[in-house]
Amino acid sequence: MAEKSFKVIAETGIHARPATLLVQAAGKFDSEINLEYKGKKVNLKSIMGVMSLGVGKDAEITISAQGSDEQDALNTLEETLKKEGLAE
Amino acid sequence: MSTLLNGIAASNGYAIAKAYRLIEPDLSVSKQTIESPEEEASRFQKAVETSKSELQIIRDKAEKDLGADKAAIFDAHLLVVSDPELLGPIEEKIKSESINAEFALKDTADMFVAMFEQMDNEYMRERAADIRDVTKRILSHLLGVQIPNPNMIQEEVVIVAEDLTPSDTAQLNREYVRGFTTDVGGRTSHSAIMARSMEIPAVVGTKEATSTIQNGDMVIVDGLNGEVHINPTPELIQKYKEQAAAHELQKAEWSKLVNEKTVSADGHHVELAANIGTPKDLEGVVNNGGEGIGLYRTEFLYMGRDQLPTEDEQFEAYKAVLEGMEGKPVVVRTLDIGGDKELPYLNLPKEMNPFLGFRAIRLCLEEQDIFRTQLRALLRASKSGNLKIMFPMIATLGEFRQAKEILEEEKQKLVAEGTQVSDQIEVGIMVEIPSTAVMADTFAKEVDFFSIGTNDLIQYTMAADRMNERVSYLYQPYNPAILRLVKMVIVAAHKQGKWAGMCGEMAGDETAIPVLLGLGLDEFSMSATSILKARSLISKLSKADMESLAESVLAMDTNEAVREAVNKAIK
Repeated sequence: MAEKSFKVIAETGIHARPATLLVQAAGKFDSEINLEYKGKKVNLKSIMGVMSLGVGKDAEITISAQGSDEQDALNTLEETLKKEGLAE
Repeated sequence: MSTLLNGIAASNGYAIAKAYRLIEPDLSVSKQTIESPEEEASRFQKAVETSKSELQIIRDKAEKDLGADKAAIFDAHLLVVSDPELLGPIEEKIKSESINAEFALKDTADMFVAMFEQMDNEYMRERAADIRDVTKRILSHLLGVQIPNPNMIQEEVVIVAEDLTPSDTAQLNREYVRGFTTDVGGRTSHSAIMARSMEIPAVVGTKEATSTIQNGDMVIVDGLNGEVHINPTPELIQKYKEQAAAHELQKAEWSKLVNEKTVSADGHHVELAANIGTPKDLEGVVNNGGEGIGLYRTEFLYMGRDQLPTEDEQFEAYKAVLEGMEGKPVVVRTLDIGGDKELPYLNLPKEMNPFLGFRAIRLCLEEQDIFRTQLRALLRASKSGNLKIMFPMIATLGEFRQAKEILEEEKQKLVAEGTQVSDQIEVGIMVEIPSTAVMADTFAKEVDFFSIGTNDLIQYTMAADRMNERVSYLYQPYNPAILRLVKMVIVAAHKQGKWAGMCGEMAGDETAIPVLLGLGLDEFSMSATSILKARSLISKLSKADMESLAESVLAMDTNEAVREAVNKAIK
């Protein structure tokens, strides 16, 4: 299993467009991908799951992937987070 | 057989096209036990797949036609329709409870909708609408009914609806929508305003458009007479086609003038400006080739609410208008409240004669907090464009001097605070009280411009309440008494090298325009939709000829004599 933690730096947290982009990115992989925040874990391929977390600025989040393309998935998601100025 | 519906003519023009009903179909569902859960689950998956490919097409089309911004909403829909956390539980429910897909979908989606609607974040609450929209789409495929996809319209249509909401109209493909007809609404309802800004005909308030008109019926929308003909005879269609062609020809001729300056046949330039009430009116001004804003009625910022607008709110509105006009002149009239326009939250006492009472500048000079807030907002916005400030209802020079002094004080304060303020702001007055028209030569030495407000100038000159129908015959714009006052104002302005405009109904009146041109009026401000017609008229008139015409009508005896003489002269 591949796993990495990030700190959200975007003013609005992970809402709206950023959430859409993350879910779109996650949907391209076969691995099971989860997003964890405040001890709650949701499916990162689910827009409703991601948004129900209500991730705000300065939140510590963890993304984990398990499956054949887990490392690839994690790298891509990290890239998306950074490119969009969402997290570091 | 041809059927006729009558309604309110909300937007000009004629449309002849097939009806497209923008109406929600019945999507109610009930709980049923099913025989084969596996088959039911696959029926659900199929409906999901169909919805997905439909949304993909809509998304791509929206991106192409409306831009990526507008397409984003469908990206969100696509994610919802693919969401494992939504689809999983539904399939699970179908299988474990042996219930129909419709009910499982509705039940599960409702739960998510409720969850999102309870969140304290507005963005999340809006997502509830996404889930609802997607649910409707899947449901329609399960039930085998069609939901309207207005952005998928591929042929010319007339939209038939109970009413049109802003989100309905945002989704319409403007290329194919030829007209509207609705059951409810009036001239100022959203659908009517939208139709006018799209410049397509509309008849609203027909009461029975949706119950009478079927999808695909041939429909004529007569936006001039407020008539809707359903399945008209070929003869009637022919008649309307000819009328529509004539109307289009006229409009095409006028629209050639959008980017033209307003010039008389003998080369004299005048400015045709627009009267507006809110920044939203700018689109119409630009589309109709307005050369400026001759009257921005700021009252609307104060109306329809329960407290005064803040300085920042006003600043944003003024800035939007100034920026929108890109350096063209914008005459902003300071608050003109009282008379027929009341503000309940100011708790002003009722008056016997509100039109002669405590209103406009009289109120502003007394309630200076209100006035100063507005002036500060205007001054702060002044760097965003070509601002001119106009005081309404000025009766004496003393009032003008006091108003201008307050403006100066606020300007000094702002400058001291380090705010950038334009030093090119012209300060003028509205001429609507006969005393001011008579004293125009004296005013002209101190003001930067005049704008003649004819609606009030006529009522005060004729001593006839314009709200009282029994004395409405005294509303006489061509009465030589009025024309002579207008002349005095224009002559006085020009003598001091100032300009004179007009912002009442009269400025856009086809009979008045020739005389006003002859009298040397510099700026005509009217409703945006009258501008092109006026520009076309002026281009056919010679200023020199109109000068002699004006001279002769000023010597005439009655309103009627003047009207006849002018109409004869310009025929």
